[in-house]
Amino acid sequence: MFKGPTTIRDHSFEANLFARRAFIAFIFVLALVAILFINIYQLQVTSHDNYQTRSNDNRIKLVPVAPNRGIIYDRKGVILAENKPVYNLEAISENIKNLDNSLKELTKLLNISEQQQTNFLNDIKHNRRFKSQILKSRLSEKEVALFSVNQHKFPGFKIEARLARYYPYGDTLTHALGYVAKIGKKELLKLNSENKTKNYGASRDIGKLGIEKFYEDTLHGTVGSQKIEVNNRGRVLRTLNFTPPIPGQDLVLTLDIGLQQAAQEVLKGMRGAITVLDAKDGGVLAMYSNPSYDPNLFVHGINSKNYKKLLNPDKPLINRATQGRYAPASTVKPLFALLGLNEGAITETSKIYDPGFFQIPNVKHKWRDWKPWGHGTKADGYKVDVYKAIEQSCDTYFYDIAYRLGITKISDFMAKFGFGEKSGIDIFEETTAILPSVEWKKQRFKEGWYAGDTISVGVGQGYWSATQIQIANAINILANKGVHNPPHLVSVTKQGSTVNLINNDEKEPIILKNLHYWDIVLNAMHNTVKKTSGTAHEAFKGVNYDPAGKTGTAQVVKIAQGEKYDEKKLKEKHRDNAMYVGFAPFNDPEIIIAITVENTGGGSSVGAPMARKVMDYYFANKTKELAGTP
Amino acid sequence: MTSLKHRATIWDKLHIDLPLLLALLVLLGASLLIVYSAGGQEMAIIYRQLKRMGVALIIMFILAQIPLATLQRFVIPLYCIGLILLVAVLIAGVTINGSQRWLNIGITRIQPSEIMKLMVPVMVAWYIGKYHLPPKMKHLFIGFILVILPTILIQRQPDLGTSVLVASSGIFVLFLAGVSWRLIGSLAAIGTISAWPLWTYGMHAYQKQRVLTLFNPETDPLGAGYHIIQSKIAIGSGGLEGKGWLHGTQSQLEFLPERHTDFIFSVLSEEFGLIGVTLLLAAYLFIIARGLFIAVNAQDAFGKLLAGSLTLTFFVYLFVNIGMVSGLLPVVGVPLPLISYGGTSMVTLLAGFGMIMSIATHKRILVH
Repeated sequence: MFKGPTTIRDHSFEANLFARRAFIAFIFVLALVAILFINIYQLQVTSHDNYQTRSNDNRIKLVPVAPNRGIIYDRKGVILAENKPVYNLEAISENIKNLDNSLKELTKLLNISEQQQTNFLNDIKHNRRFKSQILKSRLSEKEVALFSVNQHKFPGFKIEARLARYYPYGDTLTHALGYVAKIGKKELLKLNSENKTKNYGASRDIGKLGIEKFYEDTLHGTVGSQKIEVNNRGRVLRTLNFTPPIPGQDLVLTLDIGLQQAAQEVLKGMRGAITVLDAKDGGVLAMYSNPSYDPNLFVHGINSKNYKKLLNPDKPLINRATQGRYAPASTVKPLFALLGLNEGAITETSKIYDPGFFQIPNVKHKWRDWKPWGHGTKADGYKVDVYKAIEQSCDTYFYDIAYRLGITKISDFMAKFGFGEKSGIDIFEETTAILPSVEWKKQRFKEGWYAGDTISVGVGQGYWSATQIQIANAINILANKGVHNPPHLVSVTKQGSTVNLINNDEKEPIILKNLHYWDIVLNAMHNTVKKTSGTAHEAFKGVNYDPAGKTGTAQVVKIAQGEKYDEKKLKEKHRDNAMYVGFAPFNDPEIIIAITVENTGGGSSVGAPMARKVMDYYFANKTKELAGTP
Repeated sequence: MTSLKHRATIWDKLHIDLPLLLALLVLLGASLLIVYSAGGQEMAIIYRQLKRMGVALIIMFILAQIPLATLQRFVIPLYCIGLILLVAVLIAGVTINGSQRWLNIGITRIQPSEIMKLMVPVMVAWYIGKYHLPPKMKHLFIGFILVILPTILIQRQPDLGTSVLVASSGIFVLFLAGVSWRLIGSLAAIGTISAWPLWTYGMHAYQKQRVLTLFNPETDPLGAGYHIIQSKIAIGSGGLEGKGWLHGTQSQLEFLPERHTDFIFSVLSEEFGLIGVTLLLAAYLFIIARGLFIAVNAQDAFGKLLAGSLTLTFFVYLFVNIGMVSGLLPVVGVPLPLISYGGTSMVTLLAGFGMIMSIATHKRILVH
């Protein structure tokens, strides 16, 4: 054993000291490893389910899949609104390398407008991440080819085929059919408040007008979903699960596209509207308002230049059939006759004296007839009965009835025919117009009702205004002797082979004290066309069906006392509106027609001939179909 | 003496401690497996990692051949060069990611703080080992200065992770040398009290942010807390058995940040589950136990202190890394030892094990 002299160091003491310290350190190490282990045990075993879920939430995304929108057909099965594939140039901004440069090069290649660029940049700025945004929509085949060849130069950009709404008949149906366009901020809020946001998760468009808007819920369908696995950059790696969307329901309209086109043809170059109803059920066979516009412009976002064009004084955006408020004028005279008969103010044979004007006893003011010398002849002692009054549209006769009945009876009766309220047609673009009453005037002008106010109401003028659909509906009730089938555009919804009839509810019928009153008035309307003295006789000469009707010429401005209406002197905007209402065949009405043409004057010279053309089409077409050559 | 009965094996002649080497090779093998999975399954990354492992193993082997007696002759100059380089880094270093850690020396960039991870324990162990254990107050004080100087310089770069490792390597020497418990107690008290000014003045904003997010990562799920949350999701979703090699969704789908470097433990936990974690911890514990065993059996105080300090520093690595990715400690940027992708720490760590092997295998020569 080695023994040094006086060892300075006690090696065994130091070794023991170190060994003790090393042992303590190792105990420490074990304790700390135990803490690590317990913590990881808690993560991996105790909270495993929670982290498993969060891990799946990370990688699994539910992507909504848009349903196909329902197709819209006319009554004969012609497609009026369909979904067509379009090719869009799109990009997910997160995948683009060098945005500025790509945009510059693409602009050169595909002729992309500045507005398209601005819209694109806005879209990627304001939308959620990893959503594809459109730079240019509806690429032509040539453009698709051009881009495909050069695609490698533009990482992130790609061509996507999508379904977009297409209206093959363009401006012929705009006001009835409406259109879809990109969902706007307001609609988003509305969808949100109705808890429909989820269902629109993948939809780009929403109905903005007409049937497309009214039947949005029916047409849209139910969103589907795709479960996909993504990485942290949102790239789709694979599809885990797919729930297909349920397509929207198809709609079949009561509309007949041929008749609609005939109506458009007739109104060419004029401002006005034509409504044709199916007299059997109130279905709208045609509803056309001129001027119109191409709805396809709106589907892909109308540019400001085109939109400004639509804001012209002719107001193409307005549906004149349901939103235009016109004095109904003489077209409502048959209803006054009906009211007079029902109230006993007149009888089938009673006559009034017609000097060419009407005066309230002891009042100087003269309400003039359109015929300065009146409708009477020397032979009948210048007297007019109900038949002649309707055939020749005698103003004096109806001034007299109105005066004797008073506004309240008139107002109540006309309300039964649907005036002063929405017809309930299945589009939102409708106004109630104004059916005047004592209460209405008090509310509107804070003024009492004067007897004089009633006189012009008697010839459908004064405070009274109505929409064409209201007038057509009233004539439909009249032609059906009180049966009220409210007007509607859609008759059938279809989902695959499941067919639902809708809009076939009748409203409460109008019952008169004597059924014969209907016949008196309808006969008089028949005479209007049939008799040579009738105001519509000339227009319907030689037709091979049996129409009945009533002309109307509505004053747009008041003509001062003692002044004559001189078309040439008046500004175009102040000239009379031409109107016509009618139905055919007389014995068993099939169609109801109502026409309004602005500022052309002449219900019988302008309105009636137009009505004839449309009705000619209807009956000629019907004959053809019966002959088996559609 | 027992050592006389001991027959010298081939490994003794090569100055290699076989149990330690085998344990290290197991970890390096595991590293290749996990790096392959975390690094997008690219062989190129594996080849690079293999090359670094080769270099590091050679350095380990070389250092294992150098007896401490030889090493201690160069301790002071090496330590001083290290300090000078640390100052040079602060003056003329290359800044990467907001930290000035690298020094451009023409051929390549070096990281002087890495050198100090070895030089600080060597220097302090040599200095303390020169005198009686337990050390006197005077020696303790100088020893403390030798630790704190490089620590502050590294902290200034700033590099919180490395400064923690360097500081602990020095402190471990002092602890193992037998610093009285009373002194340890008073220092701990002072440390706690001085934590406030350190927090207020001594830390950079991003370091404070890391500490703050640690306590509540969910408050900033897309910002500073993102790393920790994704990491905990990866670990937690791994469960008992893991999702399987190459099948960890958190790592394969790239939700996990820094997958093949600092957060590689999360990848392992996700793909191999608690079973994999347990095996890894067992391997680490074996290495630590072996290192301490070598330290206890070392011939002189210098060897004991150095081997013990290097072993415990190795533990600090794994404790800080696993603690941070599992949400126990702030994210300070310490790799998982011998597993994380990257060359620097691999070389430093294996160099340290080279010294430990030298201590383990050169003692009998010293005896005679």
